[in-house]
Amino acid sequence: MEYEVNIGIEIHAELLTKSKVFCSCPVQFGAPPNTLTCPVCLGLPGALPVLNKKAVEYAILTALALNCKINRNAIFHRKNYFYPDLPKNYQISQYDTPIGIQGYLEIETANGRKRIRIRRVHLEEDTGKLIHSGGRITGSDMSFVDFNRSGVPLLEIVSEPDISSPEEAKEYLINVRDILVFLGVCDGKMEEGSMRCEANVSIRKKGSDKLGTKTELKNINSFRAVERALQYEIERQIEIVSKGKEVVQETRHWDEKNEKTISMRSKEEAHDYRYFPEPDLVPLEIDDAWIENLRSQIPELPEEKYERYKTLGLTPYEAKLLAHDLELSIFFDKAVKLYNNPKNIANWLLVDVTKELKDRNKVITQTLLTPEIMVELLLLIDEGKISGRIAKDILPELIDKGSSPEKIIEERNLTQITDTSALLSVIEQVLKENAGVVEEYRKGKEKSFMFLVGQVMKLTKGKANPKLVNELLKKALG
Amino acid sequence: MELADLTAHELLELISKKEVSPQEVVKSCIDRIEKYEPKIKAYLFIRNPEEIINSVKEDEPYSAIPIAIKDNILVKGLPNTCASKILANFIAPYNATVIERLNKKSLNIIGKTNLDEFAMGSSTENSAFGPTRNPWDIERVPGGSSGGSAASVAMGSAIWALGSDTGGSIRQPASFCGVVGLKPTYGTVSRYGLVAFASSLDQIGPITKDVTDCALLYSFINGYDPNDSTSLNIEPYRYSPLKGDIKGIKIGLIRELLGEGVDPSVKKCIEDSVKIFEDLGAIIEEVSLPYISYSVPTYYILAPAEASSNLARFDGVRYGFRASGKTAEEMMSNTRGEGFGPEVKRRIMLGTYVLSAGYYEAFYLKALKFRNLIASDFRKAFERFDVLISPTSPTLPFKLGEKVENPLEMYLADICTIPINLAGLPAISIPSGFVNNLPVGLQIIGPVFSEAKLFEVAYAFEQATPFHKRRPQLGGISYGV
Amino acid sequence: MLSIEEVLHIERLARLKLTDKEREMYRNQLNDVLNYAAKLDEIDTSNVPPMYHVLPVSNVLREDIPREIFSQEEALSNAPLKEGGFFVIPPILGGEE
Repeated sequence: MEYEVNIGIEIHAELLTKSKVFCSCPVQFGAPPNTLTCPVCLGLPGALPVLNKKAVEYAILTALALNCKINRNAIFHRKNYFYPDLPKNYQISQYDTPIGIQGYLEIETANGRKRIRIRRVHLEEDTGKLIHSGGRITGSDMSFVDFNRSGVPLLEIVSEPDISSPEEAKEYLINVRDILVFLGVCDGKMEEGSMRCEANVSIRKKGSDKLGTKTELKNINSFRAVERALQYEIERQIEIVSKGKEVVQETRHWDEKNEKTISMRSKEEAHDYRYFPEPDLVPLEIDDAWIENLRSQIPELPEEKYERYKTLGLTPYEAKLLAHDLELSIFFDKAVKLYNNPKNIANWLLVDVTKELKDRNKVITQTLLTPEIMVELLLLIDEGKISGRIAKDILPELIDKGSSPEKIIEERNLTQITDTSALLSVIEQVLKENAGVVEEYRKGKEKSFMFLVGQVMKLTKGKANPKLVNELLKKALG
Repeated sequence: MELADLTAHELLELISKKEVSPQEVVKSCIDRIEKYEPKIKAYLFIRNPEEIINSVKEDEPYSAIPIAIKDNILVKGLPNTCASKILANFIAPYNATVIERLNKKSLNIIGKTNLDEFAMGSSTENSAFGPTRNPWDIERVPGGSSGGSAASVAMGSAIWALGSDTGGSIRQPASFCGVVGLKPTYGTVSRYGLVAFASSLDQIGPITKDVTDCALLYSFINGYDPNDSTSLNIEPYRYSPLKGDIKGIKIGLIRELLGEGVDPSVKKCIEDSVKIFEDLGAIIEEVSLPYISYSVPTYYILAPAEASSNLARFDGVRYGFRASGKTAEEMMSNTRGEGFGPEVKRRIMLGTYVLSAGYYEAFYLKALKFRNLIASDFRKAFERFDVLISPTSPTLPFKLGEKVENPLEMYLADICTIPINLAGLPAISIPSGFVNNLPVGLQIIGPVFSEAKLFEVAYAFEQATPFHKRRPQLGGISYGV
Repeated sequence: MLSIEEVLHIERLARLKLTDKEREMYRNQLNDVLNYAAKLDEIDTSNVPPMYHVLPVSNVLREDIPREIFSQEEALSNAPLKEGGFFVIPPILGGEE
């Protein structure tokens, strides 16, 4: 390939605080318009901001989890621009003293592990929401503004342009999202808008150490969109440059429907935000004690879990899947304390349980399946009391009703049949009733064996121990 | 003197002795409004007289003492125009913290007073609804921006008032109207509910007829407010009767504020005041604050810069006046172009410029450095002196229209008051003499949190002089001392 | 001397629609004030720290406790135009910002 790609990602994450960042209004999704406001987040005359301690702590936690240095003296700045969803027509943000700087995140790429540097993590306030009649920005008769979201705390995470491909970009995003979710600071739902992303992308000739002109991509609303938008934009830029033309520095909008980026260049000039220190807020002094206290609160993050799961005997693939699923991994960790075969638990969780969860569109914590119940089930299988088949059959009930597997098996007489003489009589019956198939087997058709096994399982309503059936059947057939 | 000319503490005593009824006091003020308000025009909104009288509660003595509130301090349910067309129809949906505190004492709000639009000005001529006139001479300005509040107290239509001070807007009108005005230490009175002009300089403060009333009113409104991040969590000032013993107190007379540009008659007044202080046992010496001469340019960079940002919220979207426009952007620009008056627009332009790309360091940052230099000048002076004094204004109250054409000249007249806001210090202006029946104010400045000392020094001077007992002659009816 | 383009630029940044007469007036007046403000250049302040805050206060923080303050009606009480609980404004031109 002739060209190298530089991608930088900017993430805005809505924090899971109970109240807004500069006022006590509740943070809630989906409330009727303008029902979660006050003088502060409406930008009324005379209103003043007061900083939410939890929002600061979430910012510090995130910065620490992203390996950032923490700015001991952080202040807020006003970012001045006019827009109807910005009630004060300035946004309280951070400029030259973000809470976290010079961090990094390591991702898995096709060529091994790669470190993506993180330039900054800072705290700011969200804007209100604009709705346009007709559902589009152009051609509307009027616009409607809802300020419920105004003042919700936002964490802005900016990477260096170290990302080299759309795949890496997606991987980076997923990793950051997982960290935010594991920390409990953001729910990471891109489709709901609680996590938003913008990308800067430029290309340069291979070997050149000067970055090319970058364009900024907006309206990327899912992980898939990130990949496709970047792919499109890279190709677009390559086409321009290979024709000898220059890429224009501009903002481009990702058109999901038509799968292309569209120029948003209007007659606007470059923004002059006239940043100056926010006089209504006093500086933050973040001392060692506060930082260490927060650091000790950081739970085990996906990276650590991944490594630990591998030492438990899980394959890298299994370990990765589990480590990046917050609820499932918490469930797994609890189960492992009660039962000595992590690989077995992992297998059940990742295959059968996951399927059931997908069917119900639920997370494991929204079901009645507990680690205790899961372990009970697995022990029953290990002890030979039920077959794997039966276990799979009763799994849905365990999930929906939280019943005890032992009870179910007793009540419905599902205990696995391991009594040799009982099985022999069933086998005898099957052989008698399927003489034709037995002939075929004796003539050399291997598949017939499985058919006969199936018949035994059918007659025993799945309760026969498959291994034993295999053994006894082979003997019986000679 | 009529009841309306007495002070709050005098009236409270009369009421407690049952020599006078609360309703009589309130009616006396309402009477003043009916007689003189059409000429003085101190108010933008006056509560219904019946409501005012009905607000009097027998067991709440302060409900008998009408107070006027500058129309940039939000009183829930009442209009809050900031003397601007852009807020002409705005009704405050919440109370400023200071109002909540007044409500606890049941203070009786008589109305909202006129000001320079958004507190930008020194004469109240920048009001979109017409100027207020000085009760001492109705051809002259009452000062600004709290001109309405100062005039209302001087004319007796309110016993006391609240104003706001960013560069002298309480002290200078107090001086021009012959009353007392205090700008407290920055951070001691909550700004929540005060329409912001320059956030790092604004403070709400009392305007009263004498120092005792000033201390009383200040004690009601000061104190930590969790709704204001810049309010200080320290022991609030609590009122105790003033004694006025200032023997041995060291007073510094600021040399740079008595130089050229100060009216000779004002200078003479200050010199006479020095003698009075000396007779009271104080020790007075001249002191130099060399960086003070940079105060005006420093202020006129910082204040408009903050104001340009604070006033950005007035865009016709959520409240206030809305002009027409085919797009939201057009509507916002038209609203602001039509809704703001010339001085406000001038300062927004200036503020936007000094913050803009390429100019931030040369102007805004540079001004912040001078702020440091000026503040440290004061700190050094307070190592030698208990308080500092100066004229409140270098001129006598000027005539309406005299300075409107030349903004720069108007700005330069703020030289005595501006440095104090830059340094965040407390300062009080008290009547210190009359020249051709026009009041001259003396400014007393203290280090941070020295309000108690300021009251004592001011009280001592006041009790040794007759000026606080003088009242303006209104409509040909002469009274007073 | 400030150019008309500079004044137009500031007008745009500040969203202030001015008349031609106003523009010329402000151009002159701003110029006067800025020239006067240049007085600050007389002193070398390279070693002076800027005074961002008068108060030596830091870490003023609030606990994360939600409170409902305005009803929808109160929030919209001064709205020039409202509908269905929303603030209504003329349409936005073009993209964001």
